[in-house]
Amino acid sequence: MAFSRSTDKEETGEMQASGFAPLSARRLLVLGGIGLILVGMLFGDIFAVFVLHQNAARVGASLAAAAHAALAGDHSAVLASFQDVGSFLENRGTKVDTHVHLIDFGYLALMLAVLQPWIAFEEKAKRGFAWLFLGGAALLPIGVFLIHHVGLAYSPLQTIGWASIFADLGGLLVILATLGFLLGLVNHFRSRVPAHVKDGLLSDRSTSGRLLLGGGMVLVLAGFLHGAYYAAVDLYRHEALDSSILTETAKAAAANDADTVDRSLEAYGQLQGDKAVKIAAHAHSIEFGLLAMMLAFFQPYVRLRESWKIRWAYVLILGSVLLPVCVLLELRYGLAAGGLADFGGLLVILALLAMWIGILRYPGQLDSQAGDAG
Amino acid sequence: MSGSRKLLILGGIALALWGMGYGTWYAVFAEHQALDGIGASLAAAFDASASRNPGEAETAFSKYREAKYIYDRQVDVHGHWIGLAMLLIVVGMAFDRVRFAEPHKLVLACALLAGAAIFPFGVLLQTFDHGAIPRGIAILGSGLVIAALLAITLGIAGGEAPAE
Repeated sequence: MAFSRSTDKEETGEMQASGFAPLSARRLLVLGGIGLILVGMLFGDIFAVFVLHQNAARVGASLAAAAHAALAGDHSAVLASFQDVGSFLENRGTKVDTHVHLIDFGYLALMLAVLQPWIAFEEKAKRGFAWLFLGGAALLPIGVFLIHHVGLAYSPLQTIGWASIFADLGGLLVILATLGFLLGLVNHFRSRVPAHVKDGLLSDRSTSGRLLLGGGMVLVLAGFLHGAYYAAVDLYRHEALDSSILTETAKAAAANDADTVDRSLEAYGQLQGDKAVKIAAHAHSIEFGLLAMMLAFFQPYVRLRESWKIRWAYVLILGSVLLPVCVLLELRYGLAAGGLADFGGLLVILALLAMWIGILRYPGQLDSQAGDAG
Repeated sequence: MSGSRKLLILGGIALALWGMGYGTWYAVFAEHQALDGIGASLAAAFDASASRNPGEAETAFSKYREAKYIYDRQVDVHGHWIGLAMLLIVVGMAFDRVRFAEPHKLVLACALLAGAAIFPFGVLLQTFDHGAIPRGIAILGSGLVIAALLAITLGIAGGEAPAE
């Protein structure tokens, strides 16, 4: 890395920050960040196929059991059913948290990688913070994943298990590393004459970079517009329905009306599905947009022919559009739309993997890209 | 680094820290109590139904409705503050590619930062007051974010800006 506080160039207020040496902080954060996003997406796909739907069915079945227990006037069965709902929701919640934290830590790693030239520390210290960050970013999701399975086994505490303790430790490592980088950023701006950093990444104007940046902005904007539409048209209606359907279920159970209980439970299931697909489409559109924008900055480090970089950028954008659109259509077209949404997710994963391999092959300096191989 | 770019990046970092601080406070002091309240009121409603007591069930459902309304918004506030902060930082990094004059870019950066701060704040206010004012603040904030993003997208699409 070319930047350190003690260089002569900084004293003259001019910095060149194009280095990308093996095991430099920037390379660690870029490869680690994309790796975390890839693992998070793969985990999300596996979780969606093998856990999410089965778990939702179990939650629905337990809620139906609670309603029928109320119908039969069986208090202990009502309580047992709600305990089951709590356990299924904990399993689901920790798996969703694992998926979300892996991806979000990946995003944070990419942002920190872009900021590296402005972090006014020696490369050795920055590398240490990068390892600390990546260690914590791996430890937290693993700990969260294990919370439901480990429980309180061998725990020295009454309410918090070992998995939670290690997850919290992971979070602490991430916070410490991020604070370290922020301190470096503050150092840079507080220095008597802040160095003018020339970073080859931010001045890149390649076609693949522009495609990813423009496509990403459009995806983010589309996600926001969809979110605004959801808030205006569906949010309050969904909230009112959620409450009124459950009230109707309980009233029907109190009145011994089994048909209405079953009808209400079916309506409740449909409402939850409607809510889930609309929120998922909104969130995925914005997240994929942000991912495309961040990947735009790192295109100079992707050691592939420009034509292949453009192809992979198109694949990533196509997958990023396909997934949220098909998720929205899932309620109307069922498995066909669901399959296409999964295919969209696969396209994003493939494009991300191709870029990750391209970055892994990158030799070191931005200047050397003239001779890049495909 | 231009003023507009600095405003977006530093504003984004500040908003992220604020959002994380709010999330930490919420997770430690409020979330578990809120989830317990939601679960307990729902179980109480069905238990009252098992006792053939519709009045008690209705009271428990009212508690469930209110607790869930507040919980959903508080989680949304935390998520949106941090999500918007990330967007501010990423847009800030790419801001030299927006083909507008610096004074116009500064206005856009101010609008985006203000919208990113105001929109979740309006949602948070809804947990205290279900009236039109908090909802109006949230709509104003989201409107600012959408309008600024639209202008920035046009600025990026309008042609290639020289590197800063």
